[in-house]
Amino acid sequence: MRNTAFLLLGVIFGVTLYKAEIISWYRIQEMFRFHSFHMYGVMGSAVATAMISVAVLSLRMPELRSAPRRPFQHGVWIGGLVFGFGWALTGACPGPLWVHIGAGTTAMLIAIASALLGVLVYAYMDHKLPH
Amino acid sequence: MNEMGGPAWPWYVAGPIIGLMVPLALLIGHRRWGVSSSLRHLCAIASPVKPPFLRYDWKKESWNLLFVGGAIVGGFVAAHWIPNAPIPDLDPKTVADLKAIGFDTPRGLVPREAFAFSQVLTSRGFLMMVVGGFFVGFGTRYANGCTSGHSITGLALREWPSLVATVAFFAGGLIMTHVVFGWVLR
Repeated sequence: MRNTAFLLLGVIFGVTLYKAEIISWYRIQEMFRFHSFHMYGVMGSAVATAMISVAVLSLRMPELRSAPRRPFQHGVWIGGLVFGFGWALTGACPGPLWVHIGAGTTAMLIAIASALLGVLVYAYMDHKLPH
Repeated sequence: MNEMGGPAWPWYVAGPIIGLMVPLALLIGHRRWGVSSSLRHLCAIASPVKPPFLRYDWKKESWNLLFVGGAIVGGFVAAHWIPNAPIPDLDPKTVADLKAIGFDTPRGLVPREAFAFSQVLTSRGFLMMVVGGFFVGFGTRYANGCTSGHSITGLALREWPSLVATVAFFAGGLIMTHVVFGWVLR
């Protein structure tokens, strides 16, 4: 039941990312060149919706306030910059990478394979990196 | 993909749907919504040798893999039954900028001169698919999150490290677009 719900949530996410062209490499370029409000509107309204609904939920479910926190470490900005480079190159963050496969951009499998290699390399050197 | 197709959904429809992933993941299973950890779980499953970073019980996080499985299905369903118009309605300035660095008139979701199996060994294809993909995998793990886990969930939970991450994601994208693209892809 819970599994089906997460699967269904993924389907809704995939349809939305395709239909609003959030997986479009061109839309990401348009965003980084400040030529369109579209992606800023998507991100802004997503954050606002999430923030308001979590605030409302936590009135009823105080345990949500103890949701796991992500602490600061230097990887947040160093890794963040590296991810930003990849975001502009592939025109995709991890969600869109997956949606592309369903939508027929099968060459994105190359980017996914390379991303998995990136995770593996990180896994081997994480103790040597500043955190 | 056929020649028919509807206009893109506007931001004020797509954004709130995406934002609802955060409370729904909390409600369904008390999960912190994020996508990039799926890459870690796949490595934890498939890698024959496991450094400590990949030694954990990924089965406890299998909801994340179901979610990305659903996302693939969603992409397929939308592209086949409710396709977008083949020519994206982009700002003409973007089209002109891209033409100046050698990209044809936009069509579909990605420029075919870079994103195709046949392009993997061209400088453009290698840079955008192979190097770009590597940066996405390495960077999201080092930052412990991506646009979903940090920029949506983290900001919604008002965690300041996620704001730092979001600024860094964007700074990286700007540097790549405005400095490296014009310099490498000319």
